[in-house]
Order: sequence, then C-alpha cells, then structure tokens
Amino acid sequence: MDTSTSLETHSHSHQHEAGHEDHELGWWRKYIFSTDHKVIGIQYGLCGLVFLFFGFSLMMLMRWQLAYPGQALPVIGKLLPYIFGPGTMPDGKMAPDFYNSLGAMHGTIMIFLGIVPVAFAAFGNFVVPLQIGAPDMTFPKVNAASFWAFAVGGVIMLTSFFVPGGAAKSGWTSYTPLADIADKGPNYNVIFSGQTLWLLGFIFLITSSLLGAVNFITTIIQLRAKGLTWMRLPFFVWAQFVTAFLLLLAFPPLEAAIVMQFMDRVAATSFFLPSGLVVNGAAVSVSGGGNPLLWQHLFWFLGHPEVYVLILPAMGIVAEILANNSRKPLWGYKSLVFSVLVIGFLSFVVWAHHMWLTGMGTAVSAFFQTTTLLISIPSVIILSAFFISLWGGSIRFTVPMLFATAFLPMFGIGGLTGIPLAFNSADLYLHDTYYVIAHFHYIVAPGTIFGLFAGIYYWFPKATGRKMNDFWGKVHFWPTLICMNVIFLPMFLQGMIGMHRRWYDGGQGWTLSGDHVWGLTGFQWNTPISWAAWTMGLAQIPFIINFFWSIKHGKKVNDNPWEATTLEWTAPSPPPHGNFVNTPIAYRGPYEYSLPGRDRDFTMQNEPVEPRERVRRKPPEAVLV
Amino acid sequence: MVGALLLVFTGITVALSYVDFGARKANIAVAMLVATLKAGMVAAIFMHLAAEKRLIYRILIFTGFFVLGLFWLIYLAWYDYPVFH
Amino acid sequence: MEIPYTVSTRPDTGLWNAKVGIWLFLASEVMLFGGLFSAYIFLRLDAPPGMWPHGLLNVPVGTMNTAILILSSVTVVLAWAALKMRRYQAYWWYMLATILCGVIFLTVKLVYEWPQKFDHFGAYIKPEALGKYEQYLGNEHAAAKALPPRLEITGHLHNRAALNDPNIKEYEVYLDPVNADPTNPAMDRPHFFYVPPTHKLATIEKEDVERATMFLPTHSAYFASYFTITGLHGMHVLGGVLVFIYMWLPVSKKLYQRNPEHLANRVEVAGLFWHFVDLIWIFVFPLFYLL
Repeated sequence: MDTSTSLETHSHSHQHEAGHEDHELGWWRKYIFSTDHKVIGIQYGLCGLVFLFFGFSLMMLMRWQLAYPGQALPVIGKLLPYIFGPGTMPDGKMAPDFYNSLGAMHGTIMIFLGIVPVAFAAFGNFVVPLQIGAPDMTFPKVNAASFWAFAVGGVIMLTSFFVPGGAAKSGWTSYTPLADIADKGPNYNVIFSGQTLWLLGFIFLITSSLLGAVNFITTIIQLRAKGLTWMRLPFFVWAQFVTAFLLLLAFPPLEAAIVMQFMDRVAATSFFLPSGLVVNGAAVSVSGGGNPLLWQHLFWFLGHPEVYVLILPAMGIVAEILANNSRKPLWGYKSLVFSVLVIGFLSFVVWAHHMWLTGMGTAVSAFFQTTTLLISIPSVIILSAFFISLWGGSIRFTVPMLFATAFLPMFGIGGLTGIPLAFNSADLYLHDTYYVIAHFHYIVAPGTIFGLFAGIYYWFPKATGRKMNDFWGKVHFWPTLICMNVIFLPMFLQGMIGMHRRWYDGGQGWTLSGDHVWGLTGFQWNTPISWAAWTMGLAQIPFIINFFWSIKHGKKVNDNPWEATTLEWTAPSPPPHGNFVNTPIAYRGPYEYSLPGRDRDFTMQNEPVEPRERVRRKPPEAVLV
Repeated sequence: MVGALLLVFTGITVALSYVDFGARKANIAVAMLVATLKAGMVAAIFMHLAAEKRLIYRILIFTGFFVLGLFWLIYLAWYDYPVFH
Repeated sequence: MEIPYTVSTRPDTGLWNAKVGIWLFLASEVMLFGGLFSAYIFLRLDAPPGMWPHGLLNVPVGTMNTAILILSSVTVVLAWAALKMRRYQAYWWYMLATILCGVIFLTVKLVYEWPQKFDHFGAYIKPEALGKYEQYLGNEHAAAKALPPRLEITGHLHNRAALNDPNIKEYEVYLDPVNADPTNPAMDRPHFFYVPPTHKLATIEKEDVERATMFLPTHSAYFASYFTITGLHGMHVLGGVLVFIYMWLPVSKKLYQRNPEHLANRVEVAGLFWHFVDLIWIFVFPLFYLL
C-alpha cells in the first residue's frame, strides 16, 4: 500500500489487493459520499461546528431580549423579520413566541446538532480507528448512512424556522401537553409546523446516532490491533465506548415517545393528553386517557444518559492531552476505566431527578436521590485522577493544554453545583431557575466545549499535517475563558434569588422585589452577562480564521508534533485511506511517558519491549508477539 | 421441530385466553408467561442464543436490566400522580 | 483495503463483525419496543373500568398471522442452513417462502385487518345518558355479574355523513351483537370467531354522545396503541422483507459465487433481525388480541 505524499486535507491511495476493485473514486464519492471514517469525521466536525455557531447566535439574540427587554434590536432587528418571518420581531422587538423558539432551538441545536456530532461522531470517527490501529470502522457504508441521516435531520430542524408559526417553541424538552397542541389550528399545516418538524428531524438524528453507536462499539470490540488489550486502550477510546452504549440503549425509548407525540399531533391520538383537557376555554376533542408524565419519563430516560454523552468524550480528550502535556502517565488508569463504566451503568437509573417537581412519592424519590448521589462519585474520581495526573509533571502549556487544564476547574464547578439539585428538597426551590442553567452550562460550555477546542487544536496536525497558530490560539482561549465565567457565574446567584428559566421578560417579574446580589438586582445582572456573551462570540472569530487559514498555510509539522505515545501518531499526517503504512502492533500501555532509562521522554505504543526494560507487569500470554 | 412447538404454544395461548382465571390480571400473567416461553424458544434456538458467545450475553443482560428498570421504576412512581378520568 | 473479521471470526471474541453489530442493533430495538410497550402498560393501567375494550380484534385472523410469521422464521433458518451446506437452489426456495410469508402477513394486516377497523364505528355515551341507552348497553346485567360497565355502542355506521355534518343530529348504527343483545350471557366474554354487525338498527342522539369516531388511532388509547405498535412492527416487517428480497435477487448469486460464507453471514444477520420481529409479534398478539 503506497503512502500518500499529498499535502491535501484528504488523501486517497490505490489498493492492489486481490478481490478489491481497483478504481479511482470520483470527487463525489471521495469527498461527499465517502465511506472513509476520516472524511466522515471531518464532515461531522465541520457541520457540527457550523451548527454550534448557529445555536450560539440564537443565544446571542436571546441575550438582547434578556438585557434590554422590549427594546428594538439595532440593525439586525430590522433584518431578522425578512429571514424568520414578520411576526418574529415586529419593529425589531422580539416577540414572546420567537423568544421561546430561540430557546427551544438553542438547546436542541447545541446538544444534538452541535455537541453530540462533534464530540462523539467527529472526534470518535476520526480518532478512534487510528488509536486502535484499525484501517477503518467495521461498517463504513453504515457510517456514511449515519452522517447523511444526521444531515437530513439537521436540514429538517433548520427548515422548521421557516414554516408558519416558526420553529418549535415548547422547550428542548417538548413537554406535553403543550408540545402536543402547539402550532395547531386553522393557520398551521399539520406536518409543516415547527414542533412536528422537530419530531421528524429528531427521528433522523436518533437513527444517525444509533447507527453510529453500533459502528463504534463493534469497531472497538473487533478491530483493536494485535497486542492492544482492553486495559491498554487510550482512555479516549474507553470514553467513546461507554458513550456509544449510552446512545444505543437510551435513545430508543425517546424515539418511541417521539413517534407517539407525532401521532398525537398528526393523528389526533391521546398518548400524552389526559381526559378533560381544556385549552383556550374549549375542551380538547380527543379521546383522552393519556398521561403527560409518560412523556417526561420516556424523555428523561434518554435525557439523563444524554448529558453523559455530552461530557464523556470531552473527558476522554482532556485525558489524552493532560498526559501528553505533563509528560507522565495518567494517574489511576484502572480507576478511570472503572469509573467510566460505573457512570455508564448508573446513568440509566437516575433520570427522575429531572422530575422532582412532578409529585413522585417518597420511596421512588429516595431511590433516585440515592442513585444520583452515587453517580457523582465516579465523576469525582475521574476529575481527581486528572488533577493528580498533573502532580509532578513537566507541564507545558500548549494551546490544547490551556483548554484541557481550564476544563478541570470548570467541570468541577459544574459538577459540584449539581449536588444540591440531586436532592428533591433543594430542587423544589432551584428547579427551573437560572441556577440549573448555570449548572449545566458550566459542564457543557467551559466543560465539554473546552474539551472540544482542545481536541481540535490537538488533532488538527494529524488531520492536515499542519499546526494551528499558537498565538491566535491563546487569543481565542483567554477571552473565552473569562467570558464563560462572567456569563455563568452570576447565573447561580440569579437562580438562588428565584429568577425563573425560559421567561421572556428577563426575570423582571421576579426581581421586582429588589433582591441584590453583588450589588445588582437579578435582572440588572442580565446586562453584563449579555455583553460577555457577545464578546465571547467575537472571541471565536480568531479561532474560525485560524482554523481555515491553517489548513493551507499553517506551519507544517511531522507526523508526531506533540511527541505523543498513542497509535494515531504512528500514522502519516494526514493518514491515507487504510490509515497505516504497516499495521501497528501494540506492545505497551497508552501513556508511556518519561520511562526511566530511555533517551526520549515518550515511548510510543508500538515500540517493542526490549529485554533490558523492566517490564512492569507480565502481559497475558495471548498477546506475546 | 421447534416451529411446530411454537405453533402449538400459539394455540395454547389462544385457548387459555378464553379460560376464566378469576381476575383479568391472572389472565395477563398466564398469557405473558406463555409468550415469554415462546419468545425464549425463538431466541434460544432460532436465534441460536443458547450457543452464543459471552459478549452477546453481556450486552443482552444489560439491555434486559435497563428495559425492566424502565418499566419498573416508572410503575413505582405511577400511582403517586393523579389519574385524570 | 479489507476490513478484518468481516467473514472470519476474531479469535478472542469468537465473533465476526456483523454478528456483534446486529445484536447491538437488536438491543436498541428491545429498548424501542420497550418504550412502546411501557406506553401500552401505563395507558391501560390508567383506563377507567369499561374504557379498555376487549374482543375488538379478529382472533382467528391474528392467530393465522402469528402462525405465518412463525413459519417464516422456520423457513429463514432453513434458508441459512441451505447456504451453509452450499445448496443455493434450496436456499433460493426457502428465501422465497420467507418473503412470501412476510408479504402475506403485511397484506392481511393492511388490506383486511386495518381497513376493517377503519370501517367500524364506536360512540361513547355520556355518563348522564347511559340509562337512556340501557337497552343497548345492558349495564344492569353487567353490574349484576360483576363485569366492567359498557360505555360504548359500536357497529356499522349507516349514515356516514353524520360524522362531519353538524346538521345531522343522530347516528344510525347497525349494532354489534353485544349491543344488539346485551343481556345475553353469551355476550359476557369476547367471541373467538368474528361476528359481523347485526341488522338491528339503532338511533343515537348526538347530544348523548361523548365522542364518536370510526375505529381510528384517534378513537381511544387502545386503538392509538394498537395502530402505533402494529404500524411500527409492520414497518419492521417491511424492512425485513425488502432486505430478504435483496438477498434473493440474482445479485446475491454473485456474492455467493465470490464468497459464499459472506452471503451466509448476511443471511444469518438478516435472519436474526427477522426472528426479533417475530418475537415482538409474539408479545403483541396476546396483549392486543386476547387480553
């Protein structure tokens, strides 16, 4: 198999193996409808990043309404009605329904079109086969199908903005009965309404995730290179493995619920509509007999594992980068693996902690409180292991390392502030306040997204053969970190004085009581928060320019610019079709940094164990090569 | 043959559903028992699960645990909520 | 570039790739139908006495459909065995039998069972008007025998226009046997054989009716669950049939000639999916038709 000498982002080499047709793929098959995991990973990554920026822009619009409620948005406010429809921003002032649409779609897009595709699908697709020494995923065509299902789902979601009534506006959680009856009536189309399109788009997104999950799990089980035992896998692969299981088993009940909500909206069934429901003064003419709480249970059965889907890949990325930039092995590898498996398992039995206010009895509540508190333990173990991994290391603050180290306290704040929410008594007060928003954003925004940024800067050289610019990486990092904290830290306090989520008026109704936190009322805090959000938007511009500019003009680097140990760095940059010049064999663990007695401070996984090395533990017989 | 057995059990299912076991719940329990037996035969013999590898068992055991947890945990909370008639 | 372990097994797991893949996919399908069944369970638990119907579905037809699906499971195993024994012709015939069974199942459902329901009418009587229609409901008889109350009058709707025309003030219904002769002890439990509506015509005032529709998903929680679950199940049957057709067409012969074990593996994987579909039906059938 010839290596590629091309410096293009994606390269393709000819195979001359018996039984394989020798053909040059056309441009469409090579770059658009590719079955190569690296191309698919990049497709997911680019689409996901675009969606992340779009979802971020929706939030920036919302922040105007929160800081300056009822005031016309300058310049952009006049243009938006031409895009989203005249009812959305009359005179440049945001209509309440449009605010609700922005909120619901911000959540949906960021989670399902942004983070999951980038963290799980993009990074997973690109890196995992390389890290396990595989030539591709086990099911390349299914992989392509998975991406295209995602693309179709994304298009449907975006289309929902342009139908009469606008996009879904019943929250990203689509609670019934509101979601069942929203955007229905003589002025609305049965299928082409925001909420119905949300449901249809979601079915495609779920299908995409399920196919992806099957692919990942099978690949990790079946295509590990020779010598790569389970306990020699990079932690990133373990994280993706558990994430895939979460997606595989947790998404389908939500898919069932979505089909049922679709039937409620389109076929006038009453899966989630109770008897005797009255809307706008008139009794709803359906059969009744349904239960809105059934939707909540089925939704959160996915909803909780979903949040672990959001964080685990980022933890995996951070693990790789911490080890690499402290030049020492990860501390507590076994406990990390054990913890991530326990998180995966427990995440299926904690979901009702999103439903404390629904009136569940004490026994069931006690069960879910217990499991919720239990699941915080492995999370703390993982975070602690990361912190301890830094101890005594030769830390170098490359741009990926900046993001990876910032992840640690940010995720710490996010995780610890979740603890009060685990108690139904405390949550009685905090539920649906800005405290909750601050809690989960700390985990996902300066948590996961920092992990994703770290991963982009880290693996960019492998995908392109060039590094992103370091100076502009730092210009990206510092304002983003500061702005994240200015945005979300005051939200905890806003929540604690009672400011409610999803309210269009910026909390003025609540904070008329005049409670001050740190000198400002809850409502007044909206202003600095909004300005920090807009500044953070500006801070992403260096990143975007850096990203695209470096593809062609970044500093060229060798195959292993970070001097890392894992198998992906043995492949050429960018790797050709089939990935490796010679199929790698793993002889050692994934983080053999600073081995005593070696001339380099890192030893790659595929370097054979020499007789003179003290072997730490005897490898199992099956892998002795 | 297993197929014939399954057909016989289908007949049994139908026949038993017309027998009055007292409470309707008892009928449901009996029918579900027979259904589980049939499903077990399909899984073990047609799907060759009886001779399958450990890995597949592990996947299925976790799945079974989670789906039963889904039913059971929702059920535990169900009557704490008001039912609208 | 060949993906390893597509046909041969990996030593430490003992499995080839697609086998792992299909079992993972089936695990997710278990969760999917689990979500649907949980809806069935909780909707049924919540139904007030008399609101969850029994005996509305045609049991002999359902039993026959169950038998057809079981038969198709048998034939697909035989097809796979024939492939493993490298007997392509036998494989071809067994595969055809499987496809035909699947098609018959779907046809029976889509051409007979569902349309028969769409053509059937049911009117829930308002609680305050129940006494007025006692001759059709027989609730005193039901209460005396500790049976659940009867809240609905069903049958064949004579004046279809009444459904949408507010000017027509009553429904004319050819009553089902249970409403034509409610005090007859034979009506206490559902019949095995389907009995069509009688010739007895009843007039029901619209103002006495809580809600009246044909037997559509919108009719009741029961029909909502029935049509959704059998609909989704039917889509899976269709998917399976399409995959089998692809594996039966001449293109499969090419793969058989190139790498027969690969085709056998594909058939095995599709067969596993098919058995799962059969398995779901084994639960659907008693839950909706018999209980």
